[in-house]
Amino acid sequence: MSFAQFVEGPLWYASAAIFVVGVVWHIVSVLRLGGRRELSTPRTGAAGGVISANLRHFFPSGTFLKRTTFHVVAGYLFHLALFALLLFGAPHVEFIKQHVLGFGWTAFPHGVFVLSAELAIAGWIMLYLRRLMDPVLRLISDADDHISSLLVFVVMLTGCMALIQGVTALRLIHMLTFEALLVYFPFSRLMHTFMFVFSRSYTGAAYGRRGETL
Amino acid sequence: MSAQPAIDSFLNETGAMVGSYLEACVHCGLCAEACHFHEMSGDPRHTPIYKLKPLFKAYKRHKAPFAGLMALFGWTPAEVTQAELEEWQELIYDTCTICGRCTLVCPMGIDIASLVALTRRGMVDAGLAPPDLMAVTERSLKEGSPLGVTPKVFQERIAWLSDEYDVEIPLDKKQADVLVTASSIETMKYPESLAAMAKVFNHAGENWTYHTHGYEATNFGMLAGSREVTRAMVTRLVETAESIGARLVVLPECGHAYGALRWNGANIIGRPLPFEVLHISEYLAKLMREGRLKLKPMTGSITFHDPCQIARRGGATAAPREVLSGFASDFREMENAGKANWCCGGGGGVSTISRADALRHKVFEIKMRQVEDTGAEALVSSCANCRQTFDDDKAHYQWDRKIESLVEIVAEHLSN
Repeated sequence: MSFAQFVEGPLWYASAAIFVVGVVWHIVSVLRLGGRRELSTPRTGAAGGVISANLRHFFPSGTFLKRTTFHVVAGYLFHLALFALLLFGAPHVEFIKQHVLGFGWTAFPHGVFVLSAELAIAGWIMLYLRRLMDPVLRLISDADDHISSLLVFVVMLTGCMALIQGVTALRLIHMLTFEALLVYFPFSRLMHTFMFVFSRSYTGAAYGRRGETL
Repeated sequence: MSAQPAIDSFLNETGAMVGSYLEACVHCGLCAEACHFHEMSGDPRHTPIYKLKPLFKAYKRHKAPFAGLMALFGWTPAEVTQAELEEWQELIYDTCTICGRCTLVCPMGIDIASLVALTRRGMVDAGLAPPDLMAVTERSLKEGSPLGVTPKVFQERIAWLSDEYDVEIPLDKKQADVLVTASSIETMKYPESLAAMAKVFNHAGENWTYHTHGYEATNFGMLAGSREVTRAMVTRLVETAESIGARLVVLPECGHAYGALRWNGANIIGRPLPFEVLHISEYLAKLMREGRLKLKPMTGSITFHDPCQIARRGGATAAPREVLSGFASDFREMENAGKANWCCGGGGGVSTISRADALRHKVFEIKMRQVEDTGAEALVSSCANCRQTFDDDKAHYQWDRKIESLVEIVAEHLSN
């Protein structure tokens, strides 16, 4: 087995398995912590609060928008461009078809793929500069914040390098860094990708019962 | 003293909701943008999520997913120390009013205020709550009230108020439909509020009473984080309401009293409350809707301050507006009114912590700006703790605006 076959074969399956099992384990571990039954008489139902909280927290309300513009713009730039290139970049669609789902879909034209990558990197740079320069962020950031951010950046950077078609080594480096990210993911703050739903839902349910949408 | 009781408390109270909050946080720091203490101090340590660092540490070490696996590799995060808790006392108590404004801006919707309350309970277990806050908290357990309002003092106060304000004030009726409660801040500092409550209930023709067993609605146990005091204060009210067969308990103008009984009472006693609980502003709105509150028009310009525990964290945001719109001729909303309102700065027990005074006064500048922008002559609230904070800050700044109570202005404008 060649190194390339190893990276795109057993190593890929192992890291994907760690990711899937780790994410599920992580979520189940948190949910299994349980909770008490709420006994207060609700003013209104919790369901509306859950839906409202999940939607409202995608965007800061008017009074906070001015104060958070930089973060919101950078955050959306990074996340939207990252998901776009992850799901619609031609090499990714091809990889998903061959190694994950067995089918693919229409990919972005090459130029749009490159643009998405540039936007994602621009967003990442804005977010990371804020983490490095803002006194609040400097105080509250820990090693996990930096490792998670830098690992994502390395994956994006090696992905850009892998765009040079036909250079196997560059593609393998990208693949290796992506596999490292998958292994790190369940143990890190990257889990916010899934946990935000639970966090917003708990708050939405609690305050929805009270008749307020937080 | 040791940090262990605090750690045990943190872990015992960490369920799926707390775990989800701690796992969802991405350390984005946006919560700092909503906090009145950070707004005025500019100190990064006043970032709401930073105040929870001891809770995060205990969780990561003992309860986070993979904590056991990490321990196998020797990657166990450090334990919370007593020195850290002592250092964090100021952040958890002096610079957080548990107002919950930070939740509005948090992309993850984390209810940081509830996590601060949880952390405070651990601090009390470890004997690390601020001494002045604990003194009034323990006093409420021993004497029935944080400000020395014993049942005898309350009885004397009611008798005096009845004479002074020429109003019938029933006390200790054996059966009443409505149990009306008081805040010790009102009883001692704003006694006219108790008389105003009496005028309103008499006007509505209710079968109501104050009671010398369950009269104190404030719950400093809730503010400080003492489970024992929280339970005792809630239990007194529940016992009294049940003993007189009350179908309704009306809470006075006190923010955290509302949270303590309306939203936490049933959970604290472990069964649903066998009566309805209304804040006085909700009761007034109900009377108005039912056509039972006849008011003369009020002149002069006013604006309304939403107490955090009643509006943002209590959901009773519309009630005072229903009331004011019924008789105030010049009611002006301040910027951020409603659930996004800025806290008075003295809630959450902060007003009882003397070393916190300087920053609390600074925080009041936000409120002055909000009120002055409306041009209103008077600032009305429905929380005696907010009112006391305003009065104290008004004196500090020689501020020229009037501070009013919702129930008092309603009582003043009752139409015969």
